[in-house]
Amino acid sequence: MNALRNHPQAKWIGVALVALALLALPFALASAGTAWVRIMNLAILYILLSLGLNIVVGFAGLLDLGYIAFYAVGAYAYALLASPHFGLHLPFWVILPIGALVAALFGVLLGAPTLKLRGDYLAIVTLGFGEIVRIFLNNLSTPINITNGPRGISRIDAFSIGDFSFARTDAFLGLTFSGPVKYYYLLLLVMVAVIFINLRLHDSRIGRAWEAIREDEVAARAMGIDTTRVKLLAFAMGASFGGIGGGMFAAIQSFISPESFVLVESVMVLSMVVLGGMGNVGGVIIGALLLSFVPEILRFTVEPLQQRLFGRMLVEPEVIRMLIFGLALVLVMILRPGGLWPSAVRRRELSAGREAR
Amino acid sequence: MNPPGARNAEAAKPEQPVLLACVDAGKRFGGVQALDAVSFAIRRGEIYGLIGPNGAGKTTLFNLLTGIYAPDSGQFTFDGTSLAGLKPHQVTLRGIARTFQNIRLFANLSALENVMIGRHARTHAGVIGAVLRNPATRAEEAAIARRAMELLEFVGIAARADDAAGSLPYGDQRRLEIARALATDPLLLALDEPAAGMNATESRALATLVRNVRDRGVTVLLIEHDMRLVMSLCDRVLVLDHGERIIEGSPAEVQRDPRVIEAYLGAELPASGVAKTGGAAT
Ligand SMILES: Nc1ncnc2c1ncn2[C@@H]1O[C@H](COP(=O)(O)OP(=O)(O)O)[C@@H](O)[C@H]1O
Ligand SMILES: [Mg+2]
Repeated sequence: MNALRNHPQAKWIGVALVALALLALPFALASAGTAWVRIMNLAILYILLSLGLNIVVGFAGLLDLGYIAFYAVGAYAYALLASPHFGLHLPFWVILPIGALVAALFGVLLGAPTLKLRGDYLAIVTLGFGEIVRIFLNNLSTPINITNGPRGISRIDAFSIGDFSFARTDAFLGLTFSGPVKYYYLLLLVMVAVIFINLRLHDSRIGRAWEAIREDEVAARAMGIDTTRVKLLAFAMGASFGGIGGGMFAAIQSFISPESFVLVESVMVLSMVVLGGMGNVGGVIIGALLLSFVPEILRFTVEPLQQRLFGRMLVEPEVIRMLIFGLALVLVMILRPGGLWPSAVRRRELSAGREAR
Repeated sequence: MNPPGARNAEAAKPEQPVLLACVDAGKRFGGVQALDAVSFAIRRGEIYGLIGPNGAGKTTLFNLLTGIYAPDSGQFTFDGTSLAGLKPHQVTLRGIARTFQNIRLFANLSALENVMIGRHARTHAGVIGAVLRNPATRAEEAAIARRAMELLEFVGIAARADDAAGSLPYGDQRRLEIARALATDPLLLALDEPAAGMNATESRALATLVRNVRDRGVTVLLIEHDMRLVMSLCDRVLVLDHGERIIEGSPAEVQRDPRVIEAYLGAELPASGVAKTGGAAT
């Protein structure tokens, strides 16, 4: 295995194979139904969110329970600037960076008053922040109608470049590219970029400063690290990824309302990070994929299985889904407390804890 | 290789200029006057000892100096300018590095990473540099790693570079903390009981290390309980008790002072021990 990994050619062949598989994936999924392509797209959005949250929670060690607020900010930024609601129809490559910036600003807004908080206290404040943003979105319909309240914003523009629309089905080289398939490729591109940025940040002076803060804030300051700035940077970076994800979500769904940004969503993204392995990019991706797909697979299997076994539905699929979901999380946390694929640092932390006992 | 501002330390001749002046520093915690109007001055290139019984206020003095606490009264002047109102990271940038009495390493990071983090103060790459990894950033990263490795070699634990800091033996952790502090290119290195918990052999080796640090041109402020070490190592010593300055002087002067013997030394220092270890540690 090691010999294989050390072989540069083997590495590139591996990368090429993964790339090919990812390029072919939507067609494989489409043959099982376009629904699966949509599910895959949502899974990639969750990967984007998890990687953003991973910067705050995994790298800098700041527990954030209101992360979905940044997703909401990005989504509403896109919806307001590209829908009939205000009659604005800016192109997506203009809005996505704006959404990222506004989300980053909200990140700083959340970060600044919570700089002195850690752990449980920070979790409570961020949870409150997430709820405040959602409640604002729900109520900013009077006296001036900004967000259209609980009714949400509909008929949001799809991404388009000139005549090329991401919503339409096109044929190219004898292949059919449906809307979801096109979005898949765009999402893939953004995901690769976000993974790249995550990995680079982790292995840098800034990444080390985040690690230092997570390990010991007093010692970090003594090393000349301006903890205020570096923490705000983590909040802003994490939030901007959420903002970009939100913008893409709004375009893909073409309808958003505050209901999409409830606390459970924050908890879901955090679960993906923790389950996969806080601080480890690969682990976080696996966590996001698992928690996106397993519930969907259950949704499609629970009902037929019951029909065959008992001849009727005994328990609602949704109930079983949440039950299994919760059970799986508990089991993983007991058996692999560092997540499915823990970062090297987490592994050390856990083994040190065991030795101490 | 040497830190900027490294001087050929001909050691502490009295005519060396003052690096750190502390005037009337005071700090109160509730009912405890941890420090009471303490004044002293450290000259460039010397090893300055700070001793006193437990609770005398030594660590509090470090915490005031490094900006962790704000003093109730008094003033620190370092390298010609006041340190008043500076935050801890700004104090580090000015050139004061410290270690902690209860070791505060980044326990789950490798020894090398710990020292690399110490280079934060003297390097610049931001988010954009990190993502683009342009030639300037790559050069800086390489320099950080190289310098960190040199410092690990300097303190004698290069072989443990890839081990988690928390897994190192106690003495090595103390050394690692010194390497990490040196990585910030300090003019003044403040060590809070670096030999605590060490055996005689280890603390002799530590004395050699501290001398080597000074010979690199770094001034040293040393809190230490091991009297043999203090007496053999320090050029001058300040004695605190109950937050008050008792006396300052050469180790020999301090050792003879009846107030010091009463407060502190009498109990711990057999007179014969001093000469013996003094020779061995050189
Ligand atoms: N953060 C603090 N809060 C309350 N009391 C403190 C604090 N830090 C130090 N003290 C008190 O100040 C006095 C001096 O402590 P310290 O400076 O740690 O002594 P030393 O390092 O000389 O042993 C002690 O009585 C200690 O209990
Ligand atoms: Mg102390």
